[in-house]
Amino acid sequence: MEVPILKQGGYVIATIQGALSDEDLLRLQDNLVDRVGKYRSKGVIVDVTALDVMDSFATKTLRSIAYMIKLRGAETVICGIQPEVAFAMTHLGLTLEGISTALDLEEGLVLLDQRTHARGTSSER
Amino acid sequence: MAKKDDLQVQKIPSQVVADESWSELLRQLVAHLRQNSAQLRQEWARRITQARLLTAMTQDEIFAEATTIYDNYVDALESGTFEALQAYARQLSERIIPRGVETDEVIGIVLLLRDVLARSLFAKYQHDFPFLNRVLDAYEPAANSIANTVAVSFVKERERTITQQQEAIRELSTPVLQVRERLLILPIIGLLDPQRARQLTEQLLQGIRTNRAKVVVIDITGVAAMDSNVANHLVQTVEASRLLGATVIVTGLSPEIAQTLVTIGVDLTKMNTVGDLQGGIEEAERLLGYKVIPVSEQLRKE
Repeated sequence: MEVPILKQGGYVIATIQGALSDEDLLRLQDNLVDRVGKYRSKGVIVDVTALDVMDSFATKTLRSIAYMIKLRGAETVICGIQPEVAFAMTHLGLTLEGISTALDLEEGLVLLDQRTHARGTSSER
Repeated sequence: MAKKDDLQVQKIPSQVVADESWSELLRQLVAHLRQNSAQLRQEWARRITQARLLTAMTQDEIFAEATTIYDNYVDALESGTFEALQAYARQLSERIIPRGVETDEVIGIVLLLRDVLARSLFAKYQHDFPFLNRVLDAYEPAANSIANTVAVSFVKERERTITQQQEAIRELSTPVLQVRERLLILPIIGLLDPQRARQLTEQLLQGIRTNRAKVVVIDITGVAAMDSNVANHLVQTVEASRLLGATVIVTGLSPEIAQTLVTIGVDLTKMNTVGDLQGGIEEAERLLGYKVIPVSEQLRKE
């Protein structure tokens, strides 16, 4: 299943629509890392609301995406993790350490605003 | 009437004949038990005391209960239905469980009654062995199912009490409260076992979603002891909450718990801890951008 990637202002938003295979995840990773440079975005949001299972590969890929995006000079926020998924993930020891998370898309946008604003002011000094 | 009987005899003659002698036997049996009830009841009560059963109850109480159980018992034998006895057993269990009567005592007294009655039958029919055998054929299955019914009622009542209490504790144990917009507190009181920790985490995660919480204060002032298991549960709760975008502040670690955690080497560096609930709420307000100032101060500024 292809994940649509939308450009919204200075951000890139990827909304996962359903269960993804490992190849889908890798393609998402390639596309996101590519688009972030192409659109000169400051932030990326990956919305996983539709996922009701998150396995170790998905977690690992999300983590890689966040680190790669960081290297490309932007911030990543993962949003919309379901309570059951969060519970299962912590039980399996799958954490998203050092990666910003938010309740839903709206919260994610607010968080990105804060992050990029903070970065913006620090670079102006 | 006669015609009806004829029809039945034609259909299944042998069984009807057997039934008739069966019910006749039971009738005789019941008559015998009713006639000698006073004496048998006394004998039963004596043997209960002798066997040191129902020690939580006084002699008079035992005798009073024995009388009622005896009557119910004979009624059940006569009618072959156990509803009344079942209801009585349930009632009795309700009364005696809080007084510390054990399952083996209840089963013990019912079995004693069965023995007392069987002995009286032996004594009565000892001269006619084949007839005694037939009487016992009628008596034993009925007596066994009665013993069964009473024991099962008792155990069921007991289980019901236990489940009720468990549910009460479970419901009491984990309130998730909203104190400000986007700020939840979760006071934990008592023991944290794996099952409770799991339930608590689930409730908290649902609470975070429904209240759209940004900050959660978990107060563990009421947790008396903590080991590495409990600490790990707490860490997991914190991580799961973070995945939903909420920050967790843990408050109220007692000096003992702080010492234990450091001694056993649990890594709590990922956790945000504040001394007490007040401090935790203040910190949470700071994170959310609230500032509480007294009205007088505000007036002075204006």
